[in-house]
Amino acid sequence: MKIGVFALQGAFAEHEHSLDRLGIQWKEIRRLADFTDDLDGIILPGGESTTQGKLLREEGLLVPVKEAILGGLPVFGTCAGMILLAKKLSNDENVYFDAMDVVVRRNAYGRQLGSFGATLDFKGIGSIPAVFIRGPFVESAGKGVDVLAKADGNIVAVRQKHMLATAFHPELTDDLRIHTYFSEIIRGKL
Amino acid sequence: MNERYEYNKNLAQMLKGGVIMDVTTPEQAKIAQDAGACAVMALERIPADIRAAGGVSRMSDPKMIKGIQNAVSIPVMAKCRIGHFVEAQILEAIEIDYIDESEVLSPADDVYHIDKTKFKVPFVCGARDLGEALRRISEGASMIRTKGEPGTGDVVQAVRHMRMMMSEITRVGSMREDELYEEAKELRVPYELVKYVHDNKRLPVVNFAAGGVATPADAALMMQLGAEGVFVGSGIFKSGNPAKRARAIVQAVTNYDKPEIIAELSEDLGEAMVGINEQEIKILMAERGK
Repeated sequence: MKIGVFALQGAFAEHEHSLDRLGIQWKEIRRLADFTDDLDGIILPGGESTTQGKLLREEGLLVPVKEAILGGLPVFGTCAGMILLAKKLSNDENVYFDAMDVVVRRNAYGRQLGSFGATLDFKGIGSIPAVFIRGPFVESAGKGVDVLAKADGNIVAVRQKHMLATAFHPELTDDLRIHTYFSEIIRGKL
Repeated sequence: MNERYEYNKNLAQMLKGGVIMDVTTPEQAKIAQDAGACAVMALERIPADIRAAGGVSRMSDPKMIKGIQNAVSIPVMAKCRIGHFVEAQILEAIEIDYIDESEVLSPADDVYHIDKTKFKVPFVCGARDLGEALRRISEGASMIRTKGEPGTGDVVQAVRHMRMMMSEITRVGSMREDELYEEAKELRVPYELVKYVHDNKRLPVVNFAAGGVATPADAALMMQLGAEGVFVGSGIFKSGNPAKRARAIVQAVTNYDKPEIIAELSEDLGEAMVGINEQEIKILMAERGK
């Protein structure tokens, strides 16, 4: 298995570290030439969604990656990655991959003083540690979307077929179970 | 350390591979955000103008900072004077995302830095070498940047500081464990921080480059020397075409090891800021706060 980690901006090295610990092969994607067809899945890391979205457009990655995702390429987005995957943002006009049937609120917990950690009950996994850094949450999810976790009543982890998104950062903790969960989606076991 | 400190280090991790731009108005902040800045630094005067104006330079008007907070959705940082913990309290009260305890402003205390562990908001501090970096981290800084020489458009000092830090990290990394106690004493920092650097071959927090970056090539140079991201102060809004230059620097940081892309990005950028050489300047800001 080989996973493409988007490395335009943000905390991509942390995802690579998690994949290393699981013994999963990865490669960095910065430009169109890196987005090869030998990838079994892709990870969209945390960072600034406006920065990443702009670079995706300028590197010519936005459309081909969107088509690949809509064509069934497994994808896992954390924080900014969730924003990039959403069909609609409630407080921003931008839409990027337009792939997951969710409405996402950016910076839903406010500025850095609102960043927090929590223990969540994640469907199919159990209790997991979650770190939210200027994080978003899902305001509403469509029918085909499976809600996997909530924090204080707000939806913070969702899955729609081969697409997985969390508002928090599993890559910032030592817990590898969500990365494992994603690899199981790729293997077709989940 | 407490959880809040971890979240503050985490925010710096989210900024990696990005460019943080100095802005003085909401309009400039929007230009920066549209160009792909991962954060903006709100200040009344950019370093080049602070240098030109002379006199005492202080924290910016909170109203002006709030105007910028309202204009953009990316994180907003602001500067307070070295040691001026009340300016820092004010910035925390308006919910700034990051405080830069900065040598660009006139120091308020020539002995003590702010005890940053007393704050919930994160701090970034400048450093010229490993000792300074670790001293700021032991005071609670959750992000480090090189000092460079701000407002000059001359990258030489940022290069010097980054090279110094990297070579000292390599040196500590190759020491025998029993030598680390003496090293901690020499650097005047806690043993645990030296041990971290020895074990991980890196600082315990994210490390950006700052001071004198004016071109896409400067930004890529700092990245190749080991920076995890770049601050650009006067370099953008003191240049001929700020929007285009800002975009080019953002792309150069992502593609820092691809010369053919940086070549393209460097075309037709218009006038770069007029630099001042290190020998021509009266105030060495990097000498403030050690």
